[in-house]
Amino acid sequence: MSVHVKQDKPATDNRLDTMRQGVIGKPVSRIEGLAKVTGTAPYAAEYPVEGCVEGVLVTATITRGTIVRIDAESALAMPGVIAVIDDERLTTRPAQGTANEAPQQKPRTICYWGQPIALVVAESFEQARDAARHLVVEYKPDEAAPVEADPSIAEEQEDETVREGNLDKAMSDAAFAVDVTYTTKGHASAAMEPHAAIAQWDGERLTVHASLQMLNYNITELSDALDLPEDRIRLISRYVGGGFGSKLGISEEAVAASIAAMQLERPVRVVMSRQQVFQSIMRRSETTQRLRLACDADGRLTGFGHEALVSNLPGEEFAEPVLQSSHFLYPGEHRELVLKLARIHRMTAGSVRAPGEAVGMPTLEAAMDVLAERAGIDPVELRLRNIPDKDPEQGLPFSSHKLAECLRQGAEAFGWDSAPRRPRLRREGEWWIGTGMASAARVHNVAEARARVTLKADGTALVETDMTDIGTGTYTIVAQIAGEMLGLRPDQVLVDLGDSNHPRGPGSGGSWGAPSIGSAVYVACMAIREALADTLGIDETALVLADAKAGNGTPLTELLGGKDLVREGHYEPGKITDDYLASGFGAFFAEVRVNHYTGETRVNRMLGAFGFGRVLNAKTARSQCLGGITWSIGMALTEALEFDPRDGHLVNRDLAEYHVPVHRDVPDLDVVLVEERDAAASIIQAKGIGELGMCGGAAAIANAIYNACGARVFDYPMTPDRVLAAMPD
Amino acid sequence: MRPFQYQRAHSISDASAIAALPEAMLIAGGTNLLDMMKLQVATPSQLGDIGRIGLDGIQDTSDRGLRIGALATNTATAVHPRVRADYPVLARAILAGATQQLRNKATTGGNLCQRTRCYYFMNVDQPCNKRDPGSGCGAIGGVNKLHAVLGTSDQCIATYPGDMAVALTALGAKVVIAKSDGAERTVPVRDFHLLPGDTPWRDNVLDQGELIVAVTLPPPVAATQLYRKVRERSSYAFALVSIAAVIAIDDGKFARADLAFGGLAHKPWHDPRIGELLVGAAPSPALYDQAADLLLEGAEGHGDNDFKIPLARRTLHAVLAEAVEKAA
Repeated sequence: MSVHVKQDKPATDNRLDTMRQGVIGKPVSRIEGLAKVTGTAPYAAEYPVEGCVEGVLVTATITRGTIVRIDAESALAMPGVIAVIDDERLTTRPAQGTANEAPQQKPRTICYWGQPIALVVAESFEQARDAARHLVVEYKPDEAAPVEADPSIAEEQEDETVREGNLDKAMSDAAFAVDVTYTTKGHASAAMEPHAAIAQWDGERLTVHASLQMLNYNITELSDALDLPEDRIRLISRYVGGGFGSKLGISEEAVAASIAAMQLERPVRVVMSRQQVFQSIMRRSETTQRLRLACDADGRLTGFGHEALVSNLPGEEFAEPVLQSSHFLYPGEHRELVLKLARIHRMTAGSVRAPGEAVGMPTLEAAMDVLAERAGIDPVELRLRNIPDKDPEQGLPFSSHKLAECLRQGAEAFGWDSAPRRPRLRREGEWWIGTGMASAARVHNVAEARARVTLKADGTALVETDMTDIGTGTYTIVAQIAGEMLGLRPDQVLVDLGDSNHPRGPGSGGSWGAPSIGSAVYVACMAIREALADTLGIDETALVLADAKAGNGTPLTELLGGKDLVREGHYEPGKITDDYLASGFGAFFAEVRVNHYTGETRVNRMLGAFGFGRVLNAKTARSQCLGGITWSIGMALTEALEFDPRDGHLVNRDLAEYHVPVHRDVPDLDVVLVEERDAAASIIQAKGIGELGMCGGAAAIANAIYNACGARVFDYPMTPDRVLAAMPD
Repeated sequence: MRPFQYQRAHSISDASAIAALPEAMLIAGGTNLLDMMKLQVATPSQLGDIGRIGLDGIQDTSDRGLRIGALATNTATAVHPRVRADYPVLARAILAGATQQLRNKATTGGNLCQRTRCYYFMNVDQPCNKRDPGSGCGAIGGVNKLHAVLGTSDQCIATYPGDMAVALTALGAKVVIAKSDGAERTVPVRDFHLLPGDTPWRDNVLDQGELIVAVTLPPPVAATQLYRKVRERSSYAFALVSIAAVIAIDDGKFARADLAFGGLAHKPWHDPRIGELLVGAAPSPALYDQAADLLLEGAEGHGDNDFKIPLARRTLHAVLAEAVEKAA
């Protein structure tokens, strides 16, 4: 039996806080943690499949053009080689998140250097890799292949454009104004587990073990790519070794493995090399951003301008949504927000870790620091004076708004000194020491989701959905929600995720996983509670469940009378998404040291205070925040995709040369969870968490660099060369 | 990976014989070679495993110097009591490189022979005169932030990536090489690596069939030893600039100033004129500037790496100031 709840109103009558099991919100350790750390949790490529052969993708060595000829014989003659898959259905880009259709196919048309064009299958991985390297491909290059975003060829994204009042006049009339331009480099998701798939075909049905974030969309994308009905496909992604956006859509290896398995009638495994993951999956677009801020003598914003230039391949709809939170974070009657997209021939730009705010917030919040300095107002105070009481553009109420609390609690926990600020006040040996802060904001998303909950006759529960756990803690929070509602310990709830045969969840992406799937599980559990209450002849609100017993002492097993109780919860966000503006908010505080001689910057300590609705699990929530802050450090100091200026190929395509932070770069991090209940965010009053921790944090570091040594750097990442170039003598 | 014949060498002469075969390479820790083989940057048809031919000892020499076997791991060298006591710059340089896991496998000889991490060298679908002579240099006109500013040629602007050899250069160490005929020859580390010139495919003076058997260190000197590595992230990153310094002060003047530089050239950079300038002079920022002038004479940036020239100057100031403070 399926129960459908469309949420049109805030869930002020949510029952989670009145339950008695007492597990919701608690810092429960990951229920799959032991399996992961002991190596018994199988990842996509690790399933033992008898007779499996190995496929290696061949990638283009020109930037743009067509393939005239693929000389399959050149590879087929090599030892162990079984086939060269040169098929029009091969995909050449990953699908964008929620695309729900096949991405670009036609592998003989080359749009970027490193594009997959064919698959070589051999008995062993080494043979396949060697043969892929030796496959002879004849190209007809097209010389017209721009690889640098040029504003002159950029198109304005009209959906994003806001022009209200007269910003130019507001700037000239302002008591204080800032007009600054920043650049940010491209980023890679840099998940540890490379993209991998094993496809098996029994002549009728296709089973694919893959590393994917959103099976609910991926099955449709794969079906479309293969022209095979969805009901003949099963996707399995029980464990995913990090996604960070790169596994939102179906990617090239899964489609190639499927085609090969169907053609050869043998299981085929395709694992991308680290270099292929870097150069053939998603990049975050580089950006150029101009910020114009105008305020009155009290620091209240009167004008707000944010213009951004981003890039993508021809044919891609995705434009890094840089302005996403700029639309509502601060007031300013005179507004100008413009996003422009240039078409260039670098690899696909798409969702990478908090698309939009990850690069939009660090520039806005760095510009706010410049404004605070000009206005002579403490940076925390400047933000406090600029918290709008409703969405400044659409006039919508906020579903909840914890920015002020985060600023105040964060400042106190960090020990923020609100005395007048001046650079170069503290030096220890060669190192200048300074502090900085920034606001955090990330739009909240919630999506349709289904989950089937079975309260089994033996008094345990089973939750089934195709939702994934990409390392965030989904298994655990699902067990906690079901356990809380049904009066069970989390270890009495078996959570079965990542199988497309199960009811469709929301997928993991955009931080919407927990509020969405959590709501579906809640709906299913409420329906089970109703049924149990009926059995007892009481109203559901009077039903108390704890420790596998009803409030009257009757064990669940007895209540169930030997039968399973099964309910499918179907949650759908309704008018709440139109009636409210929902966002997570927070504040970052950082202390850094900058070497006077070398310009090296290291973070001494960093704190984030975040408000994102109900905390479902204090431990996994905190871990998400720690990860976000770590990415903030990478964004601020080290991470940069470098593209060759001539052919646009990605130059630094491994984890040795693409610098994510290492342990030594990440100091003591502190997280303050500002607990709240956001009834308009989801039926369980929770918002997304995963991405908020990197939405603005880089600016706290940038602002601390300035406070430490006086170098105002306008380009992220703030590597030693850039810090030195801006360093006063 | 290209298929290859694997042979285990049981002695130095075995290893020499394998190394003399066409398309042969020797493998010790494999921390660099295996990566290159997977990427087909290196495609040996014969692989000689020298992991079990001994040569992993670290012994005192008769003149109180130290002989470090070619197969002593980086970890073993860095923690060796005599290295820590008498050649701390070497321990620090090793510990500034790679990761603990890599250092546990990497060896002295292999570390000296590690190849550049130039992006274009490591990508077989891009031009590189070092990997594919005559194909051109992708880094010139490309992305070259990590690249050399000293001693480059129009064929190659790659850097030597290591840290250990920079310290060995400052210490005046020597490389002991077994020739294919069984005899040994000795080459100062300072002369072991080559500049790219017209033969960028040659990293060092080893001829086919030769292998490193040891590195010898001269008797220790009373000096302050520092290794400074400037890098974007604080671990697991190659040097933008690094400096190994062996400095002694006597009577307010430099009595010894042996300096070597990493990240600037195709080899650990050593300019004897710098030591000659400093020794006998009193420390001062003006003197350090003169030293930097000598170091950077003829330095040429290629765009992304222009910053290395001022960075090297500033880092030299920092290192000399720190060394003088510690030596005083």
